[in-house]
Amino acid sequence: MIDVVLDVISWVLLALGGACVLIGGIGGLRLPNFYTRIHAASLTDTMATLLIFTGMMLQSGFSLPTMKLFAIMLFLLLTGPTATYALANAALLSGMKPDSGVERDRGASGGVQ
Amino acid sequence: MIYVFALFLLTLLVITAVAIVRTTNLFVAVMLTSIFSLLMAANFFILDAADVALTEAAVGAGVTTVIFLSALALAGDVEQPRLGSRLLPLGTVGVLAVLIIYATFDKPRLGDPDAPVHQHVAPWYLEKTPEYMDIPNVVTAVLSSFRGYDTLGEVFVVFAACIGVLFILGVRPPGPAAELPAEPSGLRHHLIPQVVGRLLVPFIVLFGLYVQFHGEYGPGGGFQAGAIIATGVILYALLEGEAEALRAVPRSVLLGLVVGGALLFGAVGVVCMLMGGAFLDYSVLAADPVFGQQMGIIVIEAGVGMAVCGALLSIFHAFAAREGRP
Repeated sequence: MIDVVLDVISWVLLALGGACVLIGGIGGLRLPNFYTRIHAASLTDTMATLLIFTGMMLQSGFSLPTMKLFAIMLFLLLTGPTATYALANAALLSGMKPDSGVERDRGASGGVQ
Repeated sequence: MIYVFALFLLTLLVITAVAIVRTTNLFVAVMLTSIFSLLMAANFFILDAADVALTEAAVGAGVTTVIFLSALALAGDVEQPRLGSRLLPLGTVGVLAVLIIYATFDKPRLGDPDAPVHQHVAPWYLEKTPEYMDIPNVVTAVLSSFRGYDTLGEVFVVFAACIGVLFILGVRPPGPAAELPAEPSGLRHHLIPQVVGRLLVPFIVLFGLYVQFHGEYGPGGGFQAGAIIATGVILYALLEGEAEALRAVPRSVLLGLVVGGALLFGAVGVVCMLMGGAFLDYSVLAADPVFGQQMGIIVIEAGVGMAVCGALLSIFHAFAAREGRP
């Protein structure tokens, strides 16, 4: 019984994680400017990592692979957001204005208050 | 399922390769090369070549990218416009592609047990490794003992490459030396990467040492470990500035690693001869031949790791030191 419950939970987590990756990918392609794009892409680094790795850890049970998965998850959770931050900071320092998409947004939706 | 995944990865590889050729921005090309290496590493892993995958990920996606970027910092990141017609290159590539595709018709299927490569010496290696060395990772056994000569040659190639790069880039250009900036050249505005990087560097080096000394039991060995440790030190150099990294690991130590690694490997061979065996025949190193083999493998893997780590870091510093000069 408990096995079935764990299996269901892990598959739900894996599916949610997959959905996050998909949303991040679509966002990275569709959003209007650089900063919103890396905002979408960072969803893959954090939420998807957390969900998918928790799902995989539930699949592998209490064993050595679980510890390895946990270590990899910790590593990704540390480095992913850091890389996103470094990317955004480098863009800002090289002179890219964060609000450069506002004009286009206004033009597209006919005026935002 | 694995075939679907392999097909997906190979398709991505082709797309990345075409993108590398098409782009005129060299910075984009370098990043795509890094992605190409990562995809290749995943491909190697699917083919059960974990040792090669580890090397490809550490060297191809890690160190080479940084060295390319240092080179771009010197040379600029826009491709020169192409002069002349493209007919000759296109023709050459076309003919070569047809030849290679024709050659693949003779290739055995993936994983075919009757393939010549599985019929020649491979079964002998698989059969004799437990008897001669008693270690689980046959790749390490083949690399460092059965094929010790080849690996010695590879280490000397690494050594020669390092010396060559140092000869070309280490030459001081004529004229007065440029003033180095007084402030440290690290990531001054990047507090968060600096903190996280400082946290990660020890673990990267520790993992490198694990890969080095666990090479007989799992995927890994000197080449991978050297590259991973070099990645850790390069990360430190990127975070704290090149001068800090040189203070932590000075140039003399780097050169000592390259020369010492190559010498250590050669010296093990000579010691084997002095003790009455053939060159690089580790069985004579101890009273028990199996233990002698294991000892020899550990020592030469350490030599390989030292040489690779020293060479990669020397090349990186050669490029980085060039940046302050005109």
